Amino acid sequence: MKILVPVKRVIDYNVKPRVRADGSGVDLANVKMSMNPFDEIAVEEAVRLKEKGVATEVVAVSIGSAKAQEVLRTALAMGADRAILIESDAEVEPLAVAKLLAAVQAEEQAGLMILGKQAIDDDSNQTGQMLAALLDLPQATFASKLEVAADSVTVTREVDGGLETLKLDLPAIVTTDLRLNEPRYASLPNIMKAKSKPLATRAVADFGVDVTPRLETLKVTEPAKRVAGVKVADVDELVAKLKSLGVAA
Amino acid sequence: MKTLLWVEHEDGGIKDATLSSVTAAARIGEVHLLVVGYDVGAVATQAAAIAGVQKVHVADDVAYAHALAENVAPLIVQLMAGHDVFVAPATSNGKNIAPRVAALLDVMQISDILSVEEDGSFTRPIYAGNAVATVRSRDAKKVVTVRGTAFDKAAREGGSAAIETVASTGDRGVSAFVSAVIVRQERPELTSAKMIVAGGRALKDSETFAQHLFPLADKLGAAVGASRAAVDAGYVPNDYQVGQTGKIVAPEIYLAVGISGAIQHLAGMKDSKTIIAINKDADAPIFQVADIGLVGDLFQVVPELTAKL
Repeated sequence: MKILVPVKRVIDYNVKPRVRADGSGVDLANVKMSMNPFDEIAVEEAVRLKEKGVATEVVAVSIGSAKAQEVLRTALAMGADRAILIESDAEVEPLAVAKLLAAVQAEEQAGLMILGKQAIDDDSNQTGQMLAALLDLPQATFASKLEVAADSVTVTREVDGGLETLKLDLPAIVTTDLRLNEPRYASLPNIMKAKSKPLATRAVADFGVDVTPRLETLKVTEPAKRVAGVKVADVDELVAKLKSLGVAA
Repeated sequence: MKTLLWVEHEDGGIKDATLSSVTAAARIGEVHLLVVGYDVGAVATQAAAIAGVQKVHVADDVAYAHALAENVAPLIVQLMAGHDVFVAPATSNGKNIAPRVAALLDVMQISDILSVEEDGSFTRPIYAGNAVATVRSRDAKKVVTVRGTAFDKAAREGGSAAIETVASTGDRGVSAFVSAVIVRQERPELTSAKMIVAGGRALKDSETFAQHLFPLADKLGAAVGASRAAVDAGYVPNDYQVGQTGKIVAPEIYLAVGISGAIQHLAGMKDSKTIIAINKDADAPIFQVADIGLVGDLFQVVPELTAKL
């Protein structure tokens, strides 16, 4: 079985984003970029399935600028077999990403597609569900456990009240939550090896997908800032503060 | 404009997230609700009583028992022929279903809206809430999910909407519910609690977490939350997590115990009215957002606080 894993290059999760003064967006110049953390979890899960002999091939896909090659190389260093970059310098919205991925799936015929549940830049949490809709395939979002059988996958999902387990026919779409696994660090030999793994670059036009944005961002602003308040010296003072807030003693 | 709002319900009751979404939907246009589930007659009656609701559509079928997106989305798509905007609360179910609907309608969804602006645009958080984008959709129909903490809850009473039954679109037969482990908390629910006591990795293990935070929370009548670090370390189950990818909360009082304040955690709670932090590290980032801070060892401070309240 082949597994398709889409990955996105985003601002590193340790970096605090700065909003541009003119309100046009978040300043990404000279900012450390990395693979979206949820996508790393997706790559890790796919590679583990290959190591267990469940999957035969892991294909990483990214849609973005030429620099997205970096995150594809990371995926290859983690253990993906080959990569596809669909090059676009313009921002591509989740709906268009899902359409491009659906077109890739039409070529690749993967048995399972594992995606991060959301990207930490736009926080949309849409692509996996949209891909499932476009391909008319079942979906299991926010996965914390995956068991793949011959023609089905059983997925435990993190939901508001706890955990829920679903069984989906294959092919299927799964999106990852934080506790599915802990992604590995690529070893130096594997990073070297990744450089010679195949990475195909394709153009958006190859797929006949209209990626014109549907949403217009009018402005991007900083949220209301909280300011640090007071420090109390001891528990008695804290109790007094709580009482003044109306907390019953 | 006619909105169609998917109703989040559980055990025969309508969840608060739905009520906040009703307020958001009312800012967009006429509010029509969709109650989907199995044996949901009582839920439909409750839905019809919500203030500001004009119509309730009910689809009752065993195929809808577990809100499987594969079964629910086609029903919503069908109903959207007569509506302009699909609205869902940004709960785990809402987030699961709405994008599937959006793609089937060929619409780019607007996730997690914070406001509905006069000109028809919406604001929404990006980058873990470190920025707020104002966006306008060019799509003819729209799909939005609503951040519950950003809107007041509509009143559960005062409405008298007509209830209309909708035929089931059936079971697609590609996915099935197997089981669920739903934690029935005796404490208030995180997303609607007036007060939250939350713990971080500093609580050491699940036993000390329970020993220190539960008595304090119970004394205060508070819900209990946790940072990702505490959940990852197994102190408490996943449904306790507050943060960018966990639950978004905005209680009157948020008491953070042994939580350093990573941006991903702050994203989930920084709209709380009053933030109180207890941490032994005076330089912890949580103090930069806390209204009241106490620097001290939680293992001494928390029992003392519990005793003195």
